Amino acid sequence: MSLSSRHLLGLSGVPKEDLQLILDTATTFREVLERPIKKVPTLQGKTIVNLFYENSTRTRISFELAQKRLSADTINFSTSTSSAKKGETFKDTVRNIEAMKVDMIVVRHQSAGVPQYLTKISKANIINAGDGLHEHPTQGLLDMYSIRERLGKLQGLKVCIAGDVAHSRVALSNIFGLKTMGAEVSVCGPSTMIPTGIESFGVKVLHNINDAIANNDVLNVLRIQLERNAGVRIPSLREYHQYFGITTERIEKFNRDILILHPGPINRGVELSSEVADGPYQVILDQVTNGVAIRMAVLYLLGTMHN
Amino acid sequence: MKIVLKQVNLLNPEQKLQQKSDILIEDGVIKKIGGLKEEDFKTSKVFDFENKYCVPGMLDMHVHLREPGREDEETVETGCNAASAGGFTSVACMPNTSPDIDSAEVVRYIKEKSKNHLVEVYPVAAASLGRKGEALAPMYELFEAGAVAFSDDGIAIKTPHVLRHAMEYSKMFDAPIIEHCEDDSLADGAMNESATSTLLGLPAIPTVAEDLIVIRDIMMAEFTGARVHIAHISSKNAVDLVRQAKKKGIKVTAEVAPHHFTLSDEMVKTFDTNYKMNPPLRSSEDVDAMIEGLIDGTIDCIASDHAPHSIEEKEMEFIYAPNGILGLETILGISLSELVHKKRLSLSQLVEKLSINPRKVLNLPVPQIKEGEKADLTIFDPDLIWTVDVSKFKSKSKNSPFDKRLLTGKSIAVINKNKMFYEEKFFGI
Ligand SMILES: [Zn+2]
Repeated sequence: MSLSSRHLLGLSGVPKEDLQLILDTATTFREVLERPIKKVPTLQGKTIVNLFYENSTRTRISFELAQKRLSADTINFSTSTSSAKKGETFKDTVRNIEAMKVDMIVVRHQSAGVPQYLTKISKANIINAGDGLHEHPTQGLLDMYSIRERLGKLQGLKVCIAGDVAHSRVALSNIFGLKTMGAEVSVCGPSTMIPTGIESFGVKVLHNINDAIANNDVLNVLRIQLERNAGVRIPSLREYHQYFGITTERIEKFNRDILILHPGPINRGVELSSEVADGPYQVILDQVTNGVAIRMAVLYLLGTMHN
Repeated sequence: MKIVLKQVNLLNPEQKLQQKSDILIEDGVIKKIGGLKEEDFKTSKVFDFENKYCVPGMLDMHVHLREPGREDEETVETGCNAASAGGFTSVACMPNTSPDIDSAEVVRYIKEKSKNHLVEVYPVAAASLGRKGEALAPMYELFEAGAVAFSDDGIAIKTPHVLRHAMEYSKMFDAPIIEHCEDDSLADGAMNESATSTLLGLPAIPTVAEDLIVIRDIMMAEFTGARVHIAHISSKNAVDLVRQAKKKGIKVTAEVAPHHFTLSDEMVKTFDTNYKMNPPLRSSEDVDAMIEGLIDGTIDCIASDHAPHSIEEKEMEFIYAPNGILGLETILGISLSELVHKKRLSLSQLVEKLSINPRKVLNLPVPQIKEGEKADLTIFDPDLIWTVDVSKFKSKSKNSPFDKRLLTGKSIAVINKNKMFYEEKFFGI
């Protein structure tokens, strides 16, 4: 079995068989992570570059760990300045890296479309680690994995993505992946945080968090991105918490069976109360562990493909 | 030198002229239309233009020539060469150069650079100093030096206060204010706001950013009695606003660029930065509204918004790439293919939008195809099928989304200022 594409640019358009294969492969690697020696030789001799144009220590560490556990050689290239400002064009940077004979590139960038552009200028397998407000496919996959791990399935589940959907790359990957796997997906948040035309992707739009809690099996709670000018779109974090924050009170009143996910880092007291963030309904730290397994699975499946 | 255009279809709706005829041009002046003698053919260079159309020289009223400042992307000369190849005998160039066209010196500099070229260049000067929207540019002086209109293109004139004075002042010499209609506070994006921008995760600009400035400008034109011209209109609502304003008798005109009546924002799905421009490509509904506006006359002109950019800059990540595409060498072919061959406009209507109306907006005389008049002519073949090839462009830049596109209709020759451009060459006539 192998994937139908040699890149992972997003979850939009990825067939169900591919998603299934990645999730199942991750189960194998998840088990490896419980062993005393957490290393397998599957990607020995492969060189992987982590090309990070945006600061994201968590995602980078997760990928790096996954690469080390697969015995690949890893190089980190991190810069927070855009090519527009630093003189060397993005294309030149990539060509330089390419000249060092790399097999795979994991890329994070402020601009949507960069991973797709990379496939045109590089021969390496490209993995999108987040592009603009577009996609973050390994996050979508690890969320799906974490849900499946707890609830045993994805088909038929009701999943709501709550928060600043308009400024999230996690939301789209979740929507596309979950829908392909047969889940029913909705989004919930203040109307200023719901992007134009999202209903056309077949998701329901909610503005009442109590309804969202009451009517779903899973709530994937997004981080309120303070750095993305949230202040113009919501009056205050206090008001956000008051009307959209997930609290134990709300959960206990509306749905004690709900499963809470959060991609991190958490703004405690904003989208989640501290009590929920540490409480019995959430799987936030499992998501982190599963993230390594998912990234191992993706790297393994792409790195061992015969082109 | 004498030339004869043989059996060409003369077409000038302004003169109600439509006839097939031989035409003799001597020393840049139309000497005879019909009635040519054996002698005339013998002593002239003869061009067999049967089935070709000869119309008043076309004027592209919205081009960026990049000189002074970015001569690596385009110069007055290469821009004029591109205009000639595209079928234009005149262009109006926008003021967002470096320095801006906000002093008579820069107007004269551009005039001087284009003096000996076939193509006449009409500078559009900045309405405000440095296009900052704070103080008026020396408009009278700019006008006297040769500017034909005023615009802070790239952005709208910043405040209603400055807009009011720019309009009142320009009214004295009947020069229009050309507005790039976009509300700055809503314009922080890389494409049109739609389900497609959500799908692609790109920051987006809503059409209302355009509509707000269009309505502001229309109301100010009504208030001041001045003329306002809406540059590169792209939103359906904006077309409706112009339509209503015209009915009320407000002095408003509008132009549309070929990409806005041909391409929708779906094209951005390729993440090809040649689909990045400002205003951005809109929805297919907006595209249809552009065609409606052209048909019913709400949109007066077609202008290319020719915007050359270097390869290095255009090849940047989508959100960082500059806005704009080339237009001069494809505008006629696209207009013929999309409007005339699809039976949306007649040839006469197209000539109005490319030759006649731009001059009316800019208060310039329309070239007459008449004995004794100076020959300022465009000759095109409406049925010639060709493939766009950016590598053959006369422009110094190559940023066109229309590369490899099959078009029907192409310019064959242009004649102006005692010069002719034909078969890729310039020569005196
Ligand atoms: Zn403009």
